[in-house]
Amino acid sequence: MHPAFSVIFLTTLIGAGQGLFLALFTGQVHALANFLPTQGAAFYAVGSLLALLLLAAGLIASFFHLGRPLRAWRTPARWHASWLSREVVILPVAMGLIAAYGLAHALGFTTPFFTLGNWLRVDPSLVLGLAATLAVFALFVCTAMVYAGVPFLAEWRSPLTVANFTLFGLSSGFLLASAYAAYSGNALAAVYGVWGVIFTLMALVTRWSSLYRNDHLKPKSTVQTAIGVRHQSVVQKAQGATGGSFNTREFFHGRSPATLRQVRLGFLVLVFAVPLLLMAAAYVTGSATLPIAAFGAQFVGLLAERWYFFADARHPQNLYYQSVA
Amino acid sequence: MTQLALVIDLNVCVGCHACVTSCKQWNTSGWAGPLVDRNPYDAAPTGTFFNRVQTFEVGTFPDTETVHFPKSCLHCEEPPCVQVCPTGASYKRADNGVVLVDYDKCIGCKYCSWACPYGAREVDEQQRVMKKCTLCIDRITDLTLPERERKPACVLACPAGARLFGDVHDPDSEVSIAIRERGGYPLLPECGTQPANHYLPRRKTRMYIDPEELVRADNPLRKEDLTTYQGEETLDDVTW
Repeated sequence: MHPAFSVIFLTTLIGAGQGLFLALFTGQVHALANFLPTQGAAFYAVGSLLALLLLAAGLIASFFHLGRPLRAWRTPARWHASWLSREVVILPVAMGLIAAYGLAHALGFTTPFFTLGNWLRVDPSLVLGLAATLAVFALFVCTAMVYAGVPFLAEWRSPLTVANFTLFGLSSGFLLASAYAAYSGNALAAVYGVWGVIFTLMALVTRWSSLYRNDHLKPKSTVQTAIGVRHQSVVQKAQGATGGSFNTREFFHGRSPATLRQVRLGFLVLVFAVPLLLMAAAYVTGSATLPIAAFGAQFVGLLAERWYFFADARHPQNLYYQSVA
Repeated sequence: MTQLALVIDLNVCVGCHACVTSCKQWNTSGWAGPLVDRNPYDAAPTGTFFNRVQTFEVGTFPDTETVHFPKSCLHCEEPPCVQVCPTGASYKRADNGVVLVDYDKCIGCKYCSWACPYGAREVDEQQRVMKKCTLCIDRITDLTLPERERKPACVLACPAGARLFGDVHDPDSEVSIAIRERGGYPLLPECGTQPANHYLPRRKTRMYIDPEELVRADNPLRKEDLTTYQGEETLDDVTW
């Protein structure tokens, strides 16, 4: 597949935004149970704003993928059948809930409705945060299923795709939360950093598994089943166009295998090795800037990872477009 | 239920591209607006086509055979492109099973083209919407046309008669009989899309003639013939 930068930015930006929100809300829930120190309203409000900006940037990026962006309002029409439609429904819902969550903190809507036990103060921010958490996880699933749901793109059609999208969102989001906490001189930087590292390691397992799986996939369709001629040797001589077509542009990455190997190595280093080393260094030195560098490296790495994710998928239509003559 | 479809005879197709040009001509001139052409007379011409003829070489030289392979939307009975469309712009017509795109609803997200294993959909870069073969829906449903012209442009244009058009759900239709009796097969059956269009395989047209069919070895007249021949016509020369 041809990697489209609009979609690369959409999926990476909203992933980081979703992860950042989950980090913030996790911090709040843990603070309720006195596992972590309670933070001021500004920490949650500004953090939510940051998450919201990432989601908005992703949403804006997605519009560049559309031929007719002004008709995007039609997209929710088939939420009952299309994962893309579902993603478009749930993205604004998640954004709205995160905005409301941030506002609840900013405007001080933290008077508890009621208290469960003697510690769980159920206030508007908690309820909104819980709702936003559900929306954010639903968004992870919908975003990943847009790709995992295409029936015959074998490289994508795996639960690993959903796991990767979710874990990369969590890892980049928690690293961003760590960077944000470190930047604002907050003690939560270490906790977020540790979880960022844990999610990065989990993502390493799932992404490595999917790389291994994709390297060993045997294509179900062949040129023989494509044109229905049973012969060992079938070679395409002409594809019905001399100067290429939409089919030759949209479904081929147009890069050499060497470039692909370099991108693969590059994203493995940038997404996993560099952030893990930087976070280890940050843990030892207590640096406030290294988590920011770790997030930056991982995000750039994720752009390469998403590029590779597209380039790695071999579409069966390519069987019909093997030769220009 | 009706399912209109094409049946394409690969044994007949000579790869002349008449179906391609007639398709382009008809569909670029219709109510839906032109099919884009970029740099048509330049070094890198490109454009949107509903139908393309591709060529494959089967076997290794000198034992090769050239297969011309016309490819257009197969109007699947389980169209994955319709399933993934977020706006409902892609749909399958209930009355005749033709898969269509509502160009006024399409947002150009290209997701349907990802979901099509055949590469049958092509974006129109000028209108910025997805386009595909309509089976000339504006022609086959136009009751003002005489019935013999109510066929897709490609079918009418094919000089070799390689393209049949009809209802594959009607067991007595020309296309159903062709599929049934001439080994019609679908493309990429493993994708589970159940294409309505079918292809008829290449056939070797060979005639096996036994020498005994040319000369009657058991000609009974020969046994009864008592003539001693001196070079003149024998019974075998006149009774065969």
